[in-house]
Amino acid sequence: MKFSSRTFGLGLLLVALAAFPLVAPLFGLDFYIGFVRRVLIVALAAASLNFILGFGGMVALGHAGFIGMGAYTVVALSDAGVMSAWILWPMAALVAGVVAALIGTVALRTRGVYFIMTTLAFAQMLYFVVVSLRKYGGDDGYTLMSRPTLLPGLDLGNEATFYWVVLAVVALALWWLHRATQARFGHALMGIRDNETRMRALGYPVFRLQLVGFAIAGAIAGLAGALLAGGNGFVSPATMHWTQSATLVVMVVIGGLGRSWGGPVGAVVWLVLEEVLKQHTEHWHMPLGLLLIAVALWAPRGLAALSTKRRTVAAAAASAATAAGSAKP
Amino acid sequence: MSGILVLEQLLNGIGYGLMLFLLAAGLTLVFGIMDVLNLAHGSLFMAGAYVAAEAHTRTGSFAAAIVVAVLVTVVVALLIEVLLMRRLYKRDHLAQVLATFGVILVADDIVKMIWGPSPIMAPTPAALSGPVELMDGLPYPSYRLVILAGGVLMALALYVLVNHTRIGMRVRAGASDRPMAELMGVRVGRIFNGVFLLGAALAALAGALMGPIVAVQVGMGEAILIPALVVLVIGGIGSVRGAFVAALLVGVVDTIGRAFVPMLLRATLPPATAADLGPLFAEVAMYALMVVVLIFRPSGLFSARS
Repeated sequence: MKFSSRTFGLGLLLVALAAFPLVAPLFGLDFYIGFVRRVLIVALAAASLNFILGFGGMVALGHAGFIGMGAYTVVALSDAGVMSAWILWPMAALVAGVVAALIGTVALRTRGVYFIMTTLAFAQMLYFVVVSLRKYGGDDGYTLMSRPTLLPGLDLGNEATFYWVVLAVVALALWWLHRATQARFGHALMGIRDNETRMRALGYPVFRLQLVGFAIAGAIAGLAGALLAGGNGFVSPATMHWTQSATLVVMVVIGGLGRSWGGPVGAVVWLVLEEVLKQHTEHWHMPLGLLLIAVALWAPRGLAALSTKRRTVAAAAASAATAAGSAKP
Repeated sequence: MSGILVLEQLLNGIGYGLMLFLLAAGLTLVFGIMDVLNLAHGSLFMAGAYVAAEAHTRTGSFAAAIVVAVLVTVVVALLIEVLLMRRLYKRDHLAQVLATFGVILVADDIVKMIWGPSPIMAPTPAALSGPVELMDGLPYPSYRLVILAGGVLMALALYVLVNHTRIGMRVRAGASDRPMAELMGVRVGRIFNGVFLLGAALAALAGALMGPIVAVQVGMGEAILIPALVVLVIGGIGSVRGAFVAALLVGVVDTIGRAFVPMLLRATLPPATAADLGPLFAEVAMYALMVVVLIFRPSGLFSARS
């Protein structure tokens, strides 16, 4: 990787995010440490959805189900006495990934709106499964006794420490997802999105590739769910409600479909707006709704695409040439 | 479990199914003809329920309440069509989902501003508040009979309109192959306007009729939207007949899941397990039905486009 202004900007962002828990108390913004942590986690979930939605062209409307699977895996294991994050978090990703793979084998047989509805149906079933789990609180949700343990001497109960761990996990996962889209696998997914018939004719195992992509996205959403559970210390079926899945789709589209920063940008914009609007008016849904309509009408490629528009033609041509070059096998 | 009880639950299921049909019919035609996925359809249902409840309380007349609800909702739908839907025809489903999800958020807040955040009362018409003895030992709420009758009447009217009139022929032509219909001289755009408004009227009617037996509250549109979409997908997009069959199927399966499966579980399993599993089956039955149908027929039972 060559050292570009982009890498520099990313490094700066990472440093700023890492410094936040140290700087925030100076300005009396302690409350926002938890908020930024939540934004980071949701950004990861949105990025995982963008992986299949934007890069894979699979409009899945059940992503909150996988987040919930991850969160409830943490609940179930904690209830059984497991406290180590080294077991909790990978297990959350594994369980959500396996569930996603099972759902994918059925859902990927359908196309278009039927696919949207099938993923929604499975997510609804998961939702009602956890509602009926009275052992884990059912409708009322489940309060976790304490945060997981990671390393001896590292107290995750400390807000700043937990924030840094979340930041590290999210940054690593985002980087890995980005690498996956740049790899042959990611290009194959995009190829299927753009022309499934051609990819099949070229000999690509379309169903298998889509299924693996779907399972990966599910696993990372599960990891996000585990982090969310650890952060909130509380898990309830509301995390898995279908409107949460719709909100994630909205975030991805607002941010930019199939753009490497689409998911995180959308998550940040949506959550920050929600937070700001809530402080000013009881009727905070309406401005968000109007924003959605405006984006759908006038910025259909998302906010992350707006910055590209401003680039000069030469720069755009150059980046297109690079993209074409890297696409070669 | 007595035969009477089965019959009563079956009637409830059919009533619910008919209401779902009123919603799904508009949804499936709009989708079939214009390829537009309108998530805000449930908001029109909510509008119908709220306006009807308000009009009923003010005028004291149930019939007037229904007429006002349908008229107001159609005007709202006209506004939505002119201001928004027209710009979405040529967009992909994702943009449509995004924009109409935006409409849901706006609609919920407008309702909250007018009627407040808590549920409101939708009165049952006084003349219809008592039960009717359908047969020996089967008293049935007369209001539910009105719902049944209204649903059947509207289904019949829609059937005649779609299958036995020239307008209906054009609607079907637009739904099954839009470019060809246009080549044959059907003005699909104008047909669509009519269908969209008709769909809104049916949704408002369903809302007005359902108001007295469900909670009239913010979010009721989203709650019924999902079952309506399930009906649309099971029936096959663009098919009114499919929507009708699927709506009755979903209505009955949902009722069986809610009423009989828990009973069966209680009779066969330990009480604690039954109490856990009962509600699960109740809620999941409809989705399980959809998944099973899609496994065997990936584009629904009666897809208009084969």
